[in-house]
Amino acid sequence: MTAQDWIQIVLVAFLIGGAAPFVGHYLAWVFESPRIAPERLIHRLIGTDPDKGMDWREYAGALLLSNGIFFAAGFVLLWAQRILPLNPRHLSAMSPEVTFNTAASFVTNTNWQAYVGESQLSNFSQMVPITFLMFVGANTGMAALIAIIRGFVRSGTQSLGNYWDDFFRFFVRAFLPACVVMATVLVWQGVPQTLATSVVAHPLEGGTQTLILGPVASIEAVKNLGTNGGGFYNANAAHPFENPTPFTNTLELLGMLTFTASLPFLFGRLSRRPRQGWALFAAIMILFGLGFGAIEISEKAKNPLFASAGIAQATTPFLDGGNTEGKEMRLGITQTSLFSNTTIAATTGAVDAAMDSMNPLALMVAFSHMWLNEEPGGKGVGFAGLLKEVVLAIFIAGLMVGRTPEFLGKKLEAREVKLAALSLIVTPFLVLLLTALGVTASFGTSSMDNPGPHGFEEVLYAYSSGNANNGSAMAGLNAATPFYADSIGIEMLLSRYLPMLPLLALAGALIRKRIHPDTAGTLPTDTPLFVGLLVGFMLLVGLLTFFPALMLGPILEQLSMMHGVSF
Amino acid sequence: MKKKTPEFSRSLILRALKQSLVMLNPLGLIKNPVMFIVEVGSVLTAGFTVWELASHTGAVFFTGFISFWLWATIIFANFSEALAELQGKAQAESLRATRAETMARLVVGDDIRTVRGSSLKKWDVFVLSAGETVPTDGEIVEGVASIDESAITGESAPVIREAGGDRSGVTGGTRILAGDIKVAVTSNPGETFLDRMIGLVEGAKRKKSPNEIALSILLIGLTLIFLVVVVTLPAFSSYAKTPVSPTVLIALLVCLIPTTIAGLLPAIGIAGIDRAFGANVIAKSGKAVEVAGDIDLLLLDKTGTITFGNRQAVQLLPAAGLSQETLAQATRLASLHDTTPEGKSALALAEGMLPTLPKVEEIAPVPFSPDTRMSGADTPEGAFRKGSDDAIESFIGRPLPQDVRHAVTGIGQSGGTPLIVVRDKEVLGVIHLKDVIKPGLQERFARLRKMGVETVMVTGDNPLTAQAIAREAGLDDFFAQAKPEDKMALIKKEQDKGRLVAMSGDGTNDAPSLAQADVALAMNSGTQAAKEAGNMVDLDSDPTKIIEVVEIGKQLLITRGALTTFSVANDVAKYFAILPAIFVVSFPSLEVLNVMKLATPETAVTSAIIFNALIIPALIPLALKGVAYRPIGASALLRRNLLIYGLGGIIVPFVGIKLIDMILVFMLTHVR
Repeated sequence: MTAQDWIQIVLVAFLIGGAAPFVGHYLAWVFESPRIAPERLIHRLIGTDPDKGMDWREYAGALLLSNGIFFAAGFVLLWAQRILPLNPRHLSAMSPEVTFNTAASFVTNTNWQAYVGESQLSNFSQMVPITFLMFVGANTGMAALIAIIRGFVRSGTQSLGNYWDDFFRFFVRAFLPACVVMATVLVWQGVPQTLATSVVAHPLEGGTQTLILGPVASIEAVKNLGTNGGGFYNANAAHPFENPTPFTNTLELLGMLTFTASLPFLFGRLSRRPRQGWALFAAIMILFGLGFGAIEISEKAKNPLFASAGIAQATTPFLDGGNTEGKEMRLGITQTSLFSNTTIAATTGAVDAAMDSMNPLALMVAFSHMWLNEEPGGKGVGFAGLLKEVVLAIFIAGLMVGRTPEFLGKKLEAREVKLAALSLIVTPFLVLLLTALGVTASFGTSSMDNPGPHGFEEVLYAYSSGNANNGSAMAGLNAATPFYADSIGIEMLLSRYLPMLPLLALAGALIRKRIHPDTAGTLPTDTPLFVGLLVGFMLLVGLLTFFPALMLGPILEQLSMMHGVSF
Repeated sequence: MKKKTPEFSRSLILRALKQSLVMLNPLGLIKNPVMFIVEVGSVLTAGFTVWELASHTGAVFFTGFISFWLWATIIFANFSEALAELQGKAQAESLRATRAETMARLVVGDDIRTVRGSSLKKWDVFVLSAGETVPTDGEIVEGVASIDESAITGESAPVIREAGGDRSGVTGGTRILAGDIKVAVTSNPGETFLDRMIGLVEGAKRKKSPNEIALSILLIGLTLIFLVVVVTLPAFSSYAKTPVSPTVLIALLVCLIPTTIAGLLPAIGIAGIDRAFGANVIAKSGKAVEVAGDIDLLLLDKTGTITFGNRQAVQLLPAAGLSQETLAQATRLASLHDTTPEGKSALALAEGMLPTLPKVEEIAPVPFSPDTRMSGADTPEGAFRKGSDDAIESFIGRPLPQDVRHAVTGIGQSGGTPLIVVRDKEVLGVIHLKDVIKPGLQERFARLRKMGVETVMVTGDNPLTAQAIAREAGLDDFFAQAKPEDKMALIKKEQDKGRLVAMSGDGTNDAPSLAQADVALAMNSGTQAAKEAGNMVDLDSDPTKIIEVVEIGKQLLITRGALTTFSVANDVAKYFAILPAIFVVSFPSLEVLNVMKLATPETAVTSAIIFNALIIPALIPLALKGVAYRPIGASALLRRNLLIYGLGGIIVPFVGIKLIDMILVFMLTHVR
């Protein structure tokens, strides 16, 4: 590790830790203060009554209805690309299964891309259906989280708030302004923002090269701030037009964390327990930091296979030492590791390097982040998922202090445990069952790029990414086949709404509970001991669930690599 | 009988073993889904064994051995439940034995007929005289008796039970020492508290408590996760070109699902009820014991609970200008017909101060009434009354004289109770009554405070007196000048704040509060109304027993949490035993994951399954005895239990599986 590496790490850590509390408190203001004029105008225009309280069923109903409409609109607009404007290249519609996959992918905040953006989508498709779904997908997650938090902190009511009210508060006062600012900065850094479709370049080696252009900066902003991850270009943030400089690289990774890392502080503010916010932030950052550390160490380590092939791995002023395969030299290993850890942990899924070329241990981190999906996880839903882990961890540990377990003064009983457990089991079911199908059926294995454990990882990664609504791909796997496009499409929809509904129901159950004052016998949930317990619980349950998959994938590959065997 | 210790006699263990075989019936076992899955695995592997024997294929010995240990796992789990159940029944039956074959003299109209005690029905009335044994639970409707309750409570000192008061209950099996009473039967045969208690521990009638249900749901959730892990493994292994035998998959599944806690869960709940019973408390439901662990506030009556029932008069303080003798005279007249212990002690004190005790002819006693809160007597010399300062003030309609008020304050601050004596609204002086606090209470209240339970004393005394006693006894708070209905209001107020309230009581006027409280311990000596309203009955009639019940409730929850943590943490080692065993043949580099260096894949899988089975009987004593509760604060307690059951749960199976593997290798080499 060089001094430069350390400066980058400390700078990022400092920026996250410094900004997150402020953003969290700002968000608390957004949701608790009176509505402002543009919000009132929107509600008058679309005819919603933002003052009508909704119980969890009504809230979930409104959420599903709106997402159904968003999905249908996105699908139709993508499907009709050929006859819609801003399509000078006369690009035709994608195949039905890829169109379905794309609409599902973007409405669920996954941004799995089974298509190649620059060659298959018109500027209209990029600007309207894609960008629209990126906004509403992230916004939905945020609204769901606010409702879920209210279940934990409110009492004496059935109302989790109003879905439309929450939706537009966040959009008008936080999401949209942040995107405008970020897009502007990206344009200043050289990211294109134009309606032109291409430019012809004359490279040094002669000849000509046609470069595809479009409204890249705006997509880039919402892609990161909304933890969406779907890039304009197929190469995503490894493309110099999406991510031209180390500055934009840092800005984009901070963008992914701007809202997600601030959510514990929003929680601390809404629950009137600031220490609780810090404790949850600490749990997230421990897992985030462990992940980054493991990736960094793994990627900086010397690969014995490279050594025998005579590939230079030593650190020089011009070359970072370690596994530089598949990485952008202008970013280097530490920037790449930071970016990769963030994009996976925050379920953005934007990539600035080839995941396929990462060392197995780094992949193991990527898998772990996607399975836990809560450090900090996607916009809103990641933190909501963390609350479910908190409920389960407290339930087991709380018993060990000799009281009916309680969190924020609310007793956790059969119904709460049932709903949290229901939300927990979705990930193992979807990921393991679909991977089992993918690695046994011929229509699954035929898409693999590599044999052996690496091929296994490609399939596992695809379904883990779909399940986590992450959207990053390991590459290698050909996911544009009907089998993968459909199965991942369905998986993204299921994994988005199946865990969310029990959590809304959990909020509905909790909000009816009385808040019980703390006593000396109450388990404090804002101490380092509790943070350790939570992290330990998440790692233990995650490890136990996916140990066989990890063993047959990255662990086997790592051990084989150490023995000099490749697949 | 007092403090029954768990008995593990040989006959009890044999009966439990027999019972655990009966419990293999899948119809009963399906109530415990985790163990039901183990049974399905046992049947399947048994089937494989038979098929392999018949077709001469496969590793018959290995399959049979695994099947044997799977069956053992279920039997061990059943055994723990049967043992807890039989232990509770044995305790109850030893109590019931005391009341067997008792004859009762039933009142039928004007006749008295002798019938068998067991044939008595609710509302039947029977009579009892000295020397007779009470045939069944009832309430005295007429008369007073001295009763030996040692058969139930182990306490040899006789107690007085009488009609009308708050101590009118009699219990089957106790013996009348003196007196004649008429008793109304309060329950039908088979519905006494003892019968209910037996029902609580018996499998068929037992209802799961709320926390037990919640934990069962979590265990089912974990089981579903591991089910999908194991179901998908053949697909992964076929991709890795490594076939896995169904026997090994079943073994892996059984190792991963939380069998330890699922197997011991029923026993833990029953043992909690057994432990309460061991402390002579009969819980009416498992929930009641569980809720006791959650209590935030404990309401305690001052009299009889914190202090000994009778206050002693220790001093007479005459008002300014009056002699000691005048006050003593008045005290004597006001107390002559007072039968309360306080009245008697005031009388004794006054008479000791008087040179002569003239006979009192014309006297009309005025008994204590809850409305005026005064008692006394009307005599030709005037109307004498005594009562608390505020009762007297409202009686005389003006404040007490300065010097008397001063004396009252002084007594109150010292923790005593002042009793003002008046003649025709003229204040004569003050009787100083002193409360005697029961020994050992301070430490118990300090312990409760560390548990997070606030103690509040309820008393009819004035605030100053209450404060002094509360301070001396080490209570957190007090509620002074309380009328019976105030207690109810206090409970409701605290419950509205979200707190759980416990109390003990014996009187009929306690019944509404007992019904309102979350945990209500009724005294066995109390009225039937109180016993019906409470959710526990203390056979010793000791109001402070509720503290022990709180600890038993906490122990119950801790034991569940600790064994769940242990059970889940165990899975790490089991993975390290079984997964390398499955895949090491195809991928030799995975040998590094065989951290326990287990001899062969077969011994690895077998060792894990044997460990998984044996850990259940190894933990039965802990499940029955309960994990000790220490009032060291929630965080310290969690840290301690996490270290023991979490970290311990990760380490212990590594050691255990390795040991079993070594024994297996030893046996295999020597058998060959």
